[in-house]
Amino acid sequence: MKSVSPEIASGGAVGRQVASAAGRRRRRWSALGLVPPLTLALFLGPIAGGLIGTWAPAFGILPALGGTEPSLGPWRALLEAPGLAAAVLLSAGTGLGATLLSVGIALWFCAAWHGTRVFSGLRRLLAPLLALPHAAFAIGFAFLIAPSGWLARLLSPWATGWTWPPDLGTVNDPMGLALVLGLVVKEVPFLLLMTFAALNQVRADRTLTVARTMGYGPVTAWGKTVLPLVYPQLRLPVYAVLAFSASVVDMALILGPGTPPTLAVLVLRWFSDPDLAMRYQAAAGACLQLVLAGALIALWRLGEVIAGRIGRRWAVSGRRGGTGAVARSVSAVLAAGIVLVAMGASAGLGLWSVAERWRFPDALPAAWSWETWTRALPHLAGPAWTTLSAGVASAGVALVLVLGCLENEQRARLRPSARGLWLLYLPLLVPQIGFLFGAQVLLVSAGLNGTWIALVWSHLLFVLPYVFLALADPWRALDERYARSALCLGATPWRVFWRVRLPLLLRPVLGAAAIGFSVSVAQYLPTQFAGAGRLPTLTTEAIGLAAGSDRRLIGVYGFAQAALPLIVFALALALPAAVDRVRRWRR
Amino acid sequence: MEEAESGRNRAHRLELSGVGISLHGRVLVPPLSLAIDGGRVAVLMGPSGSGKSSLLAHLCGTLDPVFDAVGRVTLRGVDLDGLPPEQRRVGILFQDDLLFPHLSVAENLAFGLPAALRGAGRREAVERALDDADLGGLGGRDPATLSGGQRARVALMRTLLAEPAALLLDEPFSKLDVALRSRFRAWVFDHARKRRLPTLLVTHDPMDGAEADGPVIELG
Repeated sequence: MKSVSPEIASGGAVGRQVASAAGRRRRRWSALGLVPPLTLALFLGPIAGGLIGTWAPAFGILPALGGTEPSLGPWRALLEAPGLAAAVLLSAGTGLGATLLSVGIALWFCAAWHGTRVFSGLRRLLAPLLALPHAAFAIGFAFLIAPSGWLARLLSPWATGWTWPPDLGTVNDPMGLALVLGLVVKEVPFLLLMTFAALNQVRADRTLTVARTMGYGPVTAWGKTVLPLVYPQLRLPVYAVLAFSASVVDMALILGPGTPPTLAVLVLRWFSDPDLAMRYQAAAGACLQLVLAGALIALWRLGEVIAGRIGRRWAVSGRRGGTGAVARSVSAVLAAGIVLVAMGASAGLGLWSVAERWRFPDALPAAWSWETWTRALPHLAGPAWTTLSAGVASAGVALVLVLGCLENEQRARLRPSARGLWLLYLPLLVPQIGFLFGAQVLLVSAGLNGTWIALVWSHLLFVLPYVFLALADPWRALDERYARSALCLGATPWRVFWRVRLPLLLRPVLGAAAIGFSVSVAQYLPTQFAGAGRLPTLTTEAIGLAAGSDRRLIGVYGFAQAALPLIVFALALALPAAVDRVRRWRR
Repeated sequence: MEEAESGRNRAHRLELSGVGISLHGRVLVPPLSLAIDGGRVAVLMGPSGSGKSSLLAHLCGTLDPVFDAVGRVTLRGVDLDGLPPEQRRVGILFQDDLLFPHLSVAENLAFGLPAALRGAGRREAVERALDDADLGGLGGRDPATLSGGQRARVALMRTLLAEPAALLLDEPFSKLDVALRSRFRAWVFDHARKRRLPTLLVTHDPMDGAEADGPVIELG
């Protein structure tokens, strides 16, 4: 593979392709050349429009509600809203805390286990961890750690002496610790995946050999020589994690504190207030959320600079570090804990859904039944169908667009650029609550509000970047000579695409589609806004129920939500294997 | 006098006894015995894919566990078996200089220095290494701005500053142009000799073999 400078490694065909419009004019006109600008318009349009549609009401402009005079009233109302300062602090604290912990654990694990079998083993576990939707996991996690949760049941009464659920605030704690822990479990797998991808782009193994033969311990060697090469490529994913953690709504609703809640939850409450005049204050709050995300990223950047200075001095101090044994055991325990918690959360949902009688402190239900499922099924079918169809449609559209962009990049011999990568990450950096209201205003004026099309489109904004990130590296890494030799045999470029590139890349293509699907299944806020409450999905239903106390029913919806992406992932793995078998059988 | 000299060189010996490597039962490197005295340069010749790099990785202690290695390796009388790379004191120089792009030339050199050397002593050691490599005044530069030959010299100095007890060279001359190659080679060998380092050079360039003064072994 060609070595790519870290600054421009892996990423956006999109921006560059627009920038080189002049170059394209000289080429023969083709429909393919329209795909990158169309892709950009499809996902940047709603964000730009949504931001404008959120900032305008924040300054009093919302013609639909009669707001035509610019004013600072919404901001004044916002600043006077009770609990605002606490909510902002809570969002900043949980966001920074979750990001620091996630980045620390992911990097520490990589430093300690680089190049070992444990390392490649964890790699295989990542797909199901990533596919687990945030909401389902959060519900399962709450079931796990609640005072009456599975964990307490497993330990009671023999270890704890509890025969009755203790009066402890383990979920919805005022500090947001449950939220931070939940976020960490979801973010570490994502950051590990991004670190693995970044490690493929640098000569990590030889660099490590050089450092270790100079006497450096494994973890210190990684930190001093590999981390500085890898981090520039992790910067955008880390910013995305930070922005997400500080503005997440679904997980905060389930795990976060209630009075006051995090800023994003507070703003959502105002947006859903029956008093329409609250929309102005809510819009100002949404803008504040965007500013907060920007400020946190700026703060993180400052931290990077300071850490870089200190790290540089540390790197050249000559200190060799120890054997890394402690780092290995601690990081392995943390990683195993994350995997176990994710598995326990999903299993707990399944258990509750089929539990007939499950008294505290029994470790398992005393009686089992399908009754909750049969009772839920008539209501479940509709949301399940919406989830499935929106997921398939948004992943399908994203796949077509991404393949178009990548194919165009290949044929036009374009190089991925750093700017393109930033554009790609934009939907992941801008807090959802910061622009979805404005996007909804646009949808209302276009008569699309609450339609299936609007739902798919809103999901596409978040599905597309992930599909692109998942597919770009394998697509670009495919040996050019396959395509070139096919072209030399007289095949047209499209024939090469269908008969050479696509079959060779079937596995990553299906994998990317499965990732896209799971991202769509996980969407809560876009579904609420674009669907206008008329298009419930498993996600919105599960979160709606989570506030209640029917654990069995919540278990059904949560488990169904968690199972759907897993089934699709299994299909994405099984299909290429089946194709291989058919091919062999035909011979 | 001469005898004492050769005795000291023998004490610095790197010795391989019956060292072989196989992968899934297929022999990659047949068992090999070789003694390199301090200051001597032995050469391992062979085409690519003959297992030369695997052998060097085995000596460094970084061989992937999927390979099976047999035999005994001792350095200054110490058995290297089971020692992690950082405790072997085996320095290695690759075809690519692998200078750390995030550090300046001087910082790359300081990376090699032991932590015990502090403050002014540290700075002086770096300056001396720069002068030694004919790079005086270039310490603050980004390694990317140096020429290939200059980078190669920094890489060797960095390896030497870490005070290795043996030196492994994985085709470090092959990327340099011909005129530069022989001068750099002589310079590397000279340094190895001065420090009594047993040196193992892996190459497929016969000229490298001709310049060395130790045993030459053909692989593959």
